[in-house]
Amino acid sequence: MSNCAEVVIIGGGIIGCATAYYLAKRGVDVIVLEGSDHIGNGGSSRNGGGVRQSGRDPRELPLVMYGIKNFWPTLSEELEADCEYHQDGNLRLGKSEKHRQILEGLTERAQKAGLDVTMIDGDEVRRINPYLSGEVTCASWCPTDGHANPLTTTLGYYKTARKLGVRFITGENVTELRKRKGRLVEVITENNRYGAGSVVLAAGLGSRELAATVGIDIPMQPAMLEALVTEAQPPMFDQMLGTAEADFYGHQTKHGSFVFGGSSGLEGFTRDNGTPICYSKTAPCICRGIMKYFPHLADAKIVRTWAGWMDKCADGVPVLGTVEEVPGLILAAGFTGHGFGIAPAVGDQLAELIVTGNTTVDISALHYDRFRAKI
Amino acid sequence: MSNVIDRSREIGPYIPAPDDDRIICRCEEVTQGEIRRAVHEGMWTMTEIRRYLRTGMGLCQGQTCGKLVKGIVARELGVPMAALEPATSRVPMRPIEMRVFANEAKEGGEHE
Repeated sequence: MSNCAEVVIIGGGIIGCATAYYLAKRGVDVIVLEGSDHIGNGGSSRNGGGVRQSGRDPRELPLVMYGIKNFWPTLSEELEADCEYHQDGNLRLGKSEKHRQILEGLTERAQKAGLDVTMIDGDEVRRINPYLSGEVTCASWCPTDGHANPLTTTLGYYKTARKLGVRFITGENVTELRKRKGRLVEVITENNRYGAGSVVLAAGLGSRELAATVGIDIPMQPAMLEALVTEAQPPMFDQMLGTAEADFYGHQTKHGSFVFGGSSGLEGFTRDNGTPICYSKTAPCICRGIMKYFPHLADAKIVRTWAGWMDKCADGVPVLGTVEEVPGLILAAGFTGHGFGIAPAVGDQLAELIVTGNTTVDISALHYDRFRAKI
Repeated sequence: MSNVIDRSREIGPYIPAPDDDRIICRCEEVTQGEIRRAVHEGMWTMTEIRRYLRTGMGLCQGQTCGKLVKGIVARELGVPMAALEPATSRVPMRPIEMRVFANEAKEGGEHE
């Protein structure tokens, strides 16, 4: 089989799989190279499943709004996989005056960008979700936000793209990008080389080192985030939840378990020994955070905890699109822990960019050369 | 070490078997047929099968069905069971109430 394709995608996470799918749908010949043994093995399978517009930076908001309008509602049918998408709103909870100020700031910014999000008081919050404790005094409420299952969504994109003829190769660790006559034409791995008309670099954290082989730097750093899941509980609520303090976020899944992500405040400084293994302080801290908001869940049993690295970009939004100095290269990295909900829109828009040279949604604010020193 | 695996390698069609409705993962009620079909849809590792079907994600965390699932996946792919990775074990070893887990590593205390 030929090791050449019109497009070679580096990274078999949800961004790589979704881009491959939308390219294949447009008739493009694609190879996806995944360094690990499993598809979707990074943040794609380790996140909290939020499909959220509220709380996002205005620069990436149009993209996620486009995805929620055009892709998420029909994704399960399209991918023939149960993505468990729920569009039942997002509550970002606050318990103090300081929290209210944070939430009001976020709300005002989102309203300016055209998002339907409002501030509500504690009683209104408990009308939407009666399980929340009396400590909750305010929240921002975005009724068009929601959540989905990151595992089945990522693997659904993979399955459907593979069915359309996309060639996925796992355990294929890319070491270098190579230009010829000024254009990126080749992807070198530990074992093979692949020829490409265009290369999409969607390798999460690994993208920085690979972009550096053609002289491009993406300023991002790893930070380990953790999540946990409870045993199945009776159905309680369908909203996505977060907090002003960002001490936890999560939702109840279709099978009844609650999936909650959270932090200890030591992110970026925890000892991970090079593997995403849970830090002993974090999961108990997430439990304490949850119990303050949901006293009902104190007896729910935790069955599993896990961790993953986010590719934390210097300014908190991804680097997306073409690179003038390296024709043929398309970047899609630095999603900073909120790449899941935006992935369908990113995949579709990158496919459109590759096929037509343009995008429907303006992504110029996410261009790689936006980083400047402060003086 | 990772092995380079082309997921387009031909493994033949899915042929229904008379015992495909046998339940293999009891916690999540996943059948042999569902596991076999998932392999043909591209789920070629234990990790992908688990994430796609929820085998081993219930209360027992795969302690009952892990080996059975692996046997079915290996047979479908035509590889030895040893070629598939062992399931990942994660904290906690047994399900634990949130109120109990929450007592670990509190502010001011070291319980690591």
